[in-house]
Amino acid sequence: MLSRFLPHPLLSLTLVATWLLLVNSLKLNSIVFAVILGLVIPMLTRAYWPDMPRLRSPLRAIEYTFVVLYDIVKANIDVALIVVFKPARDIRPAWICVPLDVRSPEAITALASTITLTPGTVSCDLSADGRAILVHALHAPDPDAIRDEIKSRYERRLKEIFE
Amino acid sequence: MPIADLPLWAEIAVTFFLVVGGLFGLVGSFGLLKLPDPMTRLHAPTKATTLGVGGVLIASMIYIFAAEGRVSMHELLITLFLVITSPITALFIAKVHIHMREKPETLPEPRDASGWASFTADGPARGVRDRQPVEPGAPDKTA
Repeated sequence: MLSRFLPHPLLSLTLVATWLLLVNSLKLNSIVFAVILGLVIPMLTRAYWPDMPRLRSPLRAIEYTFVVLYDIVKANIDVALIVVFKPARDIRPAWICVPLDVRSPEAITALASTITLTPGTVSCDLSADGRAILVHALHAPDPDAIRDEIKSRYERRLKEIFE
Repeated sequence: MPIADLPLWAEIAVTFFLVVGGLFGLVGSFGLLKLPDPMTRLHAPTKATTLGVGGVLIASMIYIFAAEGRVSMHELLITLFLVITSPITALFIAKVHIHMREKPETLPEPRDASGWASFTADGPARGVRDRQPVEPGAPDKTA
């Protein structure tokens, strides 16, 4: 019954919050419209997102957000230093294959987005069987180290969150 | 809108974040000029925008808080939309590059030799979760 009207409770909650932030007010009419959006959009789009992803530990998701934010700031500075001070011929770009242990599409999407958002690496492709991500690194004298860091720092946490 | 008189701490903070944001934006644009090929060039703007735009957004939040005494949430939303959309544009550019400039031989081999999705006829679009592992040497690997 509940799943019929609320196929994705978290998505509904996010939509309500997003709409309220967007109109920047807590008046009754905004809240009513936010709830309507939060109910209708998940119902209209449920065909494209049939499975309900399980968020096993929301607390760890918050921890993950802060880890990623910290890394974005840190790696932004690293990339800026490389771009400004390293001569172009000393930059060693590399393709890196990162084998995946996570299986759920949501976890893989989150991992791929994280890789792109943290500077210095961009996720470029998924293998045909969905078991590896192709990553391009701006400066990778040691590609294996970057692969291991992605696996231990991000994938391990995402596995705990989603699976 | 007239520029409000801010307390000193707010002026310093707003200035600091504007300068930091501007610097990273500048570095990102400089990287576009300097880096040698499309894939390395992709790194400079995608990165610089995260901190460059982020700095301007933080400055904007501090300004509105100090000038009008309210917390503005639009900046958080802009951050959210950027975080969701910028990996997708980066992925599209990378995909185009892979299709036009790369061959399977120039990329590292994925585990199980199933090939990268860009080079196989039916990529992982039909759902990663219920997909069977592809046997090595499966016929859908095209060069």
